[in-house]
Formats: sequence, structure tokens, C-alpha cells
Amino acid sequence: MATVAISAEREHYLNKEYGIRSWLLTTDHKRIALLYLISITFFFFVGGFFALLIRLELLTPAGDLVQADTYNKLFTMHGQVMIFFFLIPSIPAVLGNFLVPLMIGAKDLAFPRINLLSWYLYVIAGVIYVHCILTGGVDTGWTFYTPFSTAFSNTRVIEAGIAIFIAGFSSILTGLNFVVTIHRMRAPGMTWSRLPLFIWAHYATSIIQLLGTPVLAITLLLVVFERAFNLGIFDPNRGGDPLLFQHLFWFYSHPAVYIMILPAMAVESEIVACFTRKRIFGYNFVAMSSIAIAVFGFLVWAHHMFVAGISLYSALIFSILSYLVAVPSAIKVFNWTATMYKGSISFTTPMLYAFGFIGLFTMGGLTGLFLAALGIDVHVHDTYFVIAHFHYIMVGGAVMGYLGGMHFWWPKISGRMYPEGWGRLAALLVFAGFNLTFFPQFILGYMGMPRRYWQYPPEFQVLNVLSTAGSTILAVGYVLPMIYFLWSMRYGKIAPDNPWGAAGLEWKTTSPPPTFNFEEAQEVTWEAYNYEEIPAPAEVSVER
Amino acid sequence: MSDNPIAVEQHGPELLHHFADAEQQRDAATLGMWLFLATEIMFFGGMFCAYLIYRFWYYDEFAAGSRSLDITLGTINTAILICSSLTVALGVRAAQMGKRKLLVVLLLLTIVFGFAFLGIKGVEWYAKYKEHHIPGNSFNVDDLVRDYPQLHIDPRHEQIYFSLYFAMTGLHALHMIIGVGLFVFLTYYAWKGRYTPKYYTPVEMGGLYWHFVDIVWIYLFPLLYLIDQHRLG
Repeated sequence: MATVAISAEREHYLNKEYGIRSWLLTTDHKRIALLYLISITFFFFVGGFFALLIRLELLTPAGDLVQADTYNKLFTMHGQVMIFFFLIPSIPAVLGNFLVPLMIGAKDLAFPRINLLSWYLYVIAGVIYVHCILTGGVDTGWTFYTPFSTAFSNTRVIEAGIAIFIAGFSSILTGLNFVVTIHRMRAPGMTWSRLPLFIWAHYATSIIQLLGTPVLAITLLLVVFERAFNLGIFDPNRGGDPLLFQHLFWFYSHPAVYIMILPAMAVESEIVACFTRKRIFGYNFVAMSSIAIAVFGFLVWAHHMFVAGISLYSALIFSILSYLVAVPSAIKVFNWTATMYKGSISFTTPMLYAFGFIGLFTMGGLTGLFLAALGIDVHVHDTYFVIAHFHYIMVGGAVMGYLGGMHFWWPKISGRMYPEGWGRLAALLVFAGFNLTFFPQFILGYMGMPRRYWQYPPEFQVLNVLSTAGSTILAVGYVLPMIYFLWSMRYGKIAPDNPWGAAGLEWKTTSPPPTFNFEEAQEVTWEAYNYEEIPAPAEVSVER
Repeated sequence: MSDNPIAVEQHGPELLHHFADAEQQRDAATLGMWLFLATEIMFFGGMFCAYLIYRFWYYDEFAAGSRSLDITLGTINTAILICSSLTVALGVRAAQMGKRKLLVVLLLLTIVFGFAFLGIKGVEWYAKYKEHHIPGNSFNVDDLVRDYPQLHIDPRHEQIYFSLYFAMTGLHALHMIIGVGLFVFLTYYAWKGRYTPKYYTPVEMGGLYWHFVDIVWIYLFPLLYLIDQHRLG
């Protein structure tokens, strides 16, 4: 048996069956993860294309590349594509789908067919949204604010709303599958306190998806009803309240930020522990801080509305609650740093992304505190300061985490190693390009440049040119991994089962794993991150 | 490579390959269904939240709109739904005991109740259409202004009540339609004899869903039909 497993024809999830049917009708969580990988990569480049057009328009103060109407559509569709079709499914639906069952020693997610259904819902939503883009697009801003979206916009709001409504159900079903799987499918001995932190963070994410997304669904549905059937729930002409829309919208859309960042933190914990070869510092605190972020995340939504006309007292309370989110976030950052302290750090590609994540997330988080402060928010509200802040979280945090995770688990997913030199180069390009793109926007915002305008006064040009220049570097940094990942599938070095000497059940099975994940049933008798018991592999160079 | 030691074992036909045993499968399905119902609560919760605020602001308009609904039909519909929940509960019991024919009859009864509810709801909506109480350009509530002189009725705010009425009862009806569809499948498989005392999870899950939709109505009925009932009669 053991000799067969090593031979070249070893059967695994990728070569068990061939043909388009075996992929489109698969219920294997690993294959569904790859289906998601392909579809979200497509939307990442669609969203990136819009971003590039935005940056090109802002190269000069005049509105020369596109006119105001087109510009409105560009930033709207950039936001909607990136948030609903890339960031929210990115880590959970790709890495989470692939790894949650593997990490807890299960053969699959609890509901494999619902898992496939969630991908199909995503694709249906994606097709509707692409149709919306191709037939004129939408210009409401990603936030769909009423009454503009319900009464004034002449673009395809209904179509965009329905697409995002359906994408929401895809997200709900993924979350539901994860929660049930984590509760009911753990291998014998895999107690809650032995779960990898990746699982804890995905558990917290799933709770947000389950409780938040339906509220967005009903809100968008009411907007669609208002446009399509003339209902008047948010219509100020009939006594409806646009602020109610904002409350309902942000009740989901603020926690949605944690849907994006928590899985990146999940990846971060795994990478940091592996490449410092230490048990993560303060396991319980890191695990519980994920839950705390999920809980607090539901109590801070109105900090998006400080200048929208909510009462001073509620603004005060939401401001204080928003500060509270900083506590569990800081616990995570401090614990990762403490894990590195006196660890044997190796500067592999995933670890470079992990370092980048910590730095950028810290910047994004701290500027979030500026925005949570009532006085400063009045000054920088709706300026590029806000844009820079949330891009530091969503791109500097979530996308860095996603890319780090993709590199870390690529050997497991594909059975091949990616070229390490190119990987490090791309990681550095992403980090440099990102900072050059978005750091100038903090300054622009502080100087008062408002968001969502296609023209600006000439004195802002230097910083805008820097930002556009950075975005091109960033684009190269994003295209590179795509090229060498594809290249490595054919030409990469064959990956051993555990190339990094990492702890965790997913590394105990073969690379790539067999369809049912493990050749034999697993029983867990060790704590998570038992790095003192695992020898460091020779291939990963340890540089001190 | 045929040896998949985990996949073969003592698996019955209903036990999916990735579960260790039937109990684990049943536990997973039950937890999944309850979580789904939690998402449904949040889904309806958005509308209940809007209702709460607008009823507080526009109480007179809500009261007048409520009085324009047909309480008799609403009450009959409530009774129908409660009866359907009874047949569902008895159906789950029949499935547990392995009484195939009884199960089929009870499921069919549930479907009939479901259609009856939807039919009556349709009649009520049609009445609203005739009375020009559907929000939009032809909306007109002169009749309510005339009938309830003691209330301060702003026709614009009255539209908010009817917007919520149609959104809430409409989405509830959509859930009923989905429920009836589910029960058609359940009846078919019950007829084929798929459900046994060892395996009746789908009946139980369908029942949970039906009870949920029922409970939503139990809240909608007083909130929409019975506002200020004692004062305006």
C-alpha cells in the first residue's frame, strides 16, 4: 500500500475523473474550491480593470479619459465586483472550502451538494452582473444609497441588486456549510481547543455571513421592489426614511468588512506559526478575538453615518463601540508579533505576505480609529482618507492574506511548488506598489480631496500621479503570481506532502489529497501548532 | 485504487459517503436547518424593523390601513395555517412510526391547506387592487379618509403601510409557495416509501421549515390586521 501511494499514478482528487462533467457536477469540496478560484480570479481582473481606468482618469486634474457619468459607473462597478464577487468569497470559498474539511479530518463538508449549489448561485449572480455591466452598468456607488438608487438613477440598478441578492445566498450557504461542518464533522480527538486558528476564524466569519447577509438581501430586495413595483418604503416623498436604508445596509455591510478580514487573519495565524516554527502565542486569545470581532462587528454599523443625520447620542455610542473593535484586532497583531519573537523565522513568500499583512493591517486599523472619532470623521468623511483606510484593510489586509494563503497551500492544492524567487519578487512588488498607490491617498484625503469625483484641483496632481504609478506596479505584482501558478502546474517541482514542515491535518495527507482527503480515518491526539515535535524541512532555508 | 476503507463500511442507502453514521448525518441536517431558519429570521427582521419605526411614526395611517383589511379572511387564513402545522406535526410522527399511507395523506392535506391559504391571500390582494390600495400612481385612500374621520390620515404615509403590507405578505406568500413545492417532493418520495422509522430526516426538516413560515404569519396577522382594533372596531 505504502509503495503504491508514492508511485506516479497515485490517484488523487485532480486525476480521479476527467472531463467537464466531472467538474461541473462535482460535490468534492476541493474541486468546488478550484471552481471558485477560477471564477473569483475572473472577477478580480474585471474589478481590477475598472480600478485601472479610475486611476488613469485621475492621472490628470481634468476629466479627459471618461466623463462624469462613466466615472460614476466605474467606481460603482469596481466596488461591487471587488466586494461581492471577489473579496467576500475569496478566502472562505477557495481556501476555506479546500481546507476546512482537511483541517478537521473530515471527508467533505457537511452538505456537499449545497456547496455546489452555492457555486452555481455565485455563477448565476456573476452572469447577471456581467450582463448588467455590458448593457450599461450601474452608477449608484457600491452602497445603493436611496433615494438616488430608487428614484433618480437611470442605470441598471434592479439587475445589479438582484445579482448581489443571489450572490448573498451563495455566501450564506457557504457559511452555513462551514458552521455545520465545524460543529458536526470533526475527527475524533479534534476538540475545540485543538482546532487550528484558521478554523476558529472561519467559524466567526460564517456566523457573520449567516446573520448579516440576509439583512442585506432584504434591503436590496426592498430597493428592487421600490424601483420595480413602486413600493415606497425608503421614499422620502411618501414619508419613507433613507436613513433606514443606510442603517439596514450597513448592518450587513460593516460586518462584511470582517467577512473579508477574518479569513485573512485565519491564514495569517497559520503562516506565522509555521515560518517561525513556534506554537502561536496565546492560542485562546487569538481564537476568542475572532469571535469577539464577529460580535462587536455587529454593533458598530452606524459609524458610517456620523454625518448622515443620526442623533449625537447614538453617534457617541457607536463611536465608543467602534473603538472597542480595535481591542480584539490588536490582540491578534500583538500575538502574531509575540509568536515571531525568538522564533526561527524563514523569509519564504507566504511569510513575506504575512509580514506585509501585519504592517498594512495595522496602518488600516489605526486609521480606522481616526475615522471612529466623531470630530475627525467630520473633517475626513467622504474623502480619500476613507478610501485609503479601507483599501489598507481590504487590499493590504484581505488580499495580502489571500495571496499569502494561496502560496502557502499551493503545494497542497496543485501538488507542485511555485518558483520561490518569482514568488518573493511578486510579494515585494505587491507591497511596494500597494503603498505607493494608497499612502498618497491618506494625504490627499487629509488635504480635503473628496472621493467619487472625476476631476480635482491641480494642486492634488502630484500625489495622484504617484498613486496611479503605484497602481501599475501593483497590477504587475498581481499578474505575476497568476502566470507562475499556471506555469508551476506543468513545470513546477513535485511538492512533497509537507513541504513547509507545517503542523495541521491537511499536511498529513498526500499532495494533492485523495478524493476522500485521507487514506485512513484520523484521530487527533496532539495540540494545534505542536512545532516543537515537527522537524523543520531541509528545503526551507532558515535565515536568522 | 479501489480501497477506500472509510467509504465502504456499513453504509445504508440513505447514508451519504462522508458521514460516519446515520446519527451524525441527522445531527448535521438538523443543525443546518436551524441555522437556515436563523438566517430567515434576519431576512424578515429587516422588514419587521422598518415596520416598527413606521408604525411608531405613522400610527394613524397604520391603524386605518389595518382596518381596511378583511379580518374575517385573515382569521380564516390563520386558522388554516395552524391546522396545516398540525398535519405537518402529525406527518412527522407518522413517518417516525413508519405509517406510509397516513404520512402521504397528511402531507397532501398540508399541501391543500397551503393552496387554500394562498388562494384566500390572492382574493385579499385582488380586493386591494380594486380599492386602489396598491402603492403607486393610482393609489387612492379617499375611502379611508371618509370612513375614519377621527384619524389623521396623510395619503403619502398611507402608502408606506401598504408598501410594507405587500412586501411582508408577498414574501411570506413566496415562502409558502416554496413550502408547497417542497411538500410535493416529500409526498412523492413518501409515496415511493423512501421514509422509514430509521430515516425520515427530510420530512422533519420540511416540517421545521413549514412551522417557521407558519410562525412568521402568526406575527404578521396581529401586526398587520389588528392595529387599534378595540378603538376603531
